[in-house]
Amino acid sequence: MIDIGAPRSYDPAAPRRITDQPVSPPLLEVRNLFKTYPGATPVTAVDGVSLVVPEGVCFGLLGPNGAGKTTTIEIMEGILGSSSGDVFFRGEPIGRRFKEEAGILFQKTALQDFLTVRQSLTLFRGLYSHGLDVDEVIKLCALEKLEKRDTRKLSGGQQQRLLLAIALVNDPTLIFLDEPTTGLDPQARRNFWELVQSIKARRKTIILTTHYMEEAELLCDEIAIMDRGRVIAQGTPRALLREHFDEVLLELPRQEFPEAARGLPLKVIEASDRVEITTNDLDGTLRTLMDAHVPLKDLRIRPPNLEDLFLELTGKELRA
Amino acid sequence: MIKRLLAVWHARNLEFIRDRSTMIFVLFLPIALIVGMSFVFGGKERPLFKVGVLAQAVAPAAHPFLRERFIDFVAVPKEADAVHKVARHSLDLLIDVNPPVRYWVNPSSPKGYIVEKLLLQADPSAHRQPVSGDAVRYVDWLFPGILGMNLMFGCIFGVGYVVLRYRKTGFLKRLHATPLTAFEFLTAQVLSRLGLTALVTTMLYTGISTLIHFHSAGNLLLLFVLMLLGSLSMIALGLTVAARFSSEEMVGGLLNLLTWPMMLLSGVWFSLEGSPEWIQWVAKLFPLTHLLDAARAIMLDGAGLETIGGDLIYLAVTAVAFLAFGAWSFRWRVE
Repeated sequence: MIDIGAPRSYDPAAPRRITDQPVSPPLLEVRNLFKTYPGATPVTAVDGVSLVVPEGVCFGLLGPNGAGKTTTIEIMEGILGSSSGDVFFRGEPIGRRFKEEAGILFQKTALQDFLTVRQSLTLFRGLYSHGLDVDEVIKLCALEKLEKRDTRKLSGGQQQRLLLAIALVNDPTLIFLDEPTTGLDPQARRNFWELVQSIKARRKTIILTTHYMEEAELLCDEIAIMDRGRVIAQGTPRALLREHFDEVLLELPRQEFPEAARGLPLKVIEASDRVEITTNDLDGTLRTLMDAHVPLKDLRIRPPNLEDLFLELTGKELRA
Repeated sequence: MIKRLLAVWHARNLEFIRDRSTMIFVLFLPIALIVGMSFVFGGKERPLFKVGVLAQAVAPAAHPFLRERFIDFVAVPKEADAVHKVARHSLDLLIDVNPPVRYWVNPSSPKGYIVEKLLLQADPSAHRQPVSGDAVRYVDWLFPGILGMNLMFGCIFGVGYVVLRYRKTGFLKRLHATPLTAFEFLTAQVLSRLGLTALVTTMLYTGISTLIHFHSAGNLLLLFVLMLLGSLSMIALGLTVAARFSSEEMVGGLLNLLTWPMMLLSGVWFSLEGSPEWIQWVAKLFPLTHLLDAARAIMLDGAGLETIGGDLIYLAVTAVAFLAFGAWSFRWRVE
């Protein structure tokens, strides 16, 4: 079972279970985080977020643009201060040790001008007390052919691979990837996913924000869905889908769904270009649609995915 | 096109008005410059020449020359000090109006040449006295000033804008995600610039001194140490401005606010001899003033550590203070 709503939390002061195994705190824990940007009309970007990230998982923070993902992850990274709330790394407030052990890929980063790929990596490698050999990182992120290139002359995908390499240069235990594939073409995106999977294979803990559901489904072991600064669901993707759907989904182009059919006794969600009907009685639903003379030649039947889950939870499309 | 132009114009106006810090600054700088200039060159008529009068106070009735316009007459009680000032171009001419009227002028001073003509017109009987010690050529007096000014602009603007650009592009934010501290980052910037400044200034010194046949009267190693400490202080001063702000206008304005008064009041182009005492006191706060005073003392008078030790200490202390303030107020990201 998964728990939704009240998040699990590590409390060092709480009585511990007596077991043979020592109780180790989670790798990262966020407790009751708030962030308000002041102004004439103050904006609350993070509104009471609590999360627990166990060691060795790929944790996805999902949500549409403006949901508060980047603000949350930047507070977790120690880059941005919170209005209130705490972040713990291995049970301790984040500090210098955290910076040594964390690797970060921001949504947007500029590197120092006039440096090559290798020089940039050497610069960042020099900022950590220990880490991987620059040659090893170059190989890991498939940058061999680019190592002498000026970083300003890299393509979007190459740039992201370099930024990932920089995030890995200290051989981190915890890696933050903030929307790493936004703006990449499909091929570059697939290449990047392969890289992330190879990092996962090294048993690293990854925290990933994305608004691409396929990315989350492919890479994440556990997800938290955010909307308007709050976590509205948290768990493994499969468990969340099982929790919210025991049905299948019927998809129809919006223009083929007549006004008259809107009064039918069906569970209909309208997206921008299509309508989605969720049902656990496929035969009955199809019959109802045929009786209402709804054209079915473009009908698609599929199991629900995270995109549907988000739509179900918020009534909004993820990429809207 | 006009519509688009007006839209952009309007948006820029709004941006400017909303950026209060920049606006206050833009209004403040011209006022500060005007106020500063009016004090330095104050009075109804801006004097062109500065003449020392050997007396406790200047009495215009004592000699017709003292009633000439556009000359700033400064009372100087001690003859030896005053003659030295003539030799060092702090005074264009020195006059003793007690008969027989005597005057001292530096033969290499262009201003001294003109003032001498005016004096001889008013009193052809005045006797010219030799300037004791080495009379310094004007170009020799100006040389340390030019070196210092170049060093100041390079140090203050060089680091200021670089840090600002790093912050704006997000490169600083990325560095913040590493264990690098603000003090480490700033020190690295200071040292990088210090090396560059040392190289450029040494090249300039060698080039210009060859060109004008200048030979330093003092120790070159001491001069080099002085140049390093002066650069350090001014780089750190530039960083105190760049440590926090993200607006080019704001940083550019503040950097100008620092450099212009220094250029005018530190004695790059002219001596502050005869300026109000508090102006000279303010000028003493500037690192460039200490750098130039000490550089002139070494290069022209052959001064040693015992003479310029105070200036070296001042430059070192301000360097540490500015760097500490910069690290304390440092911001990694655009606020």
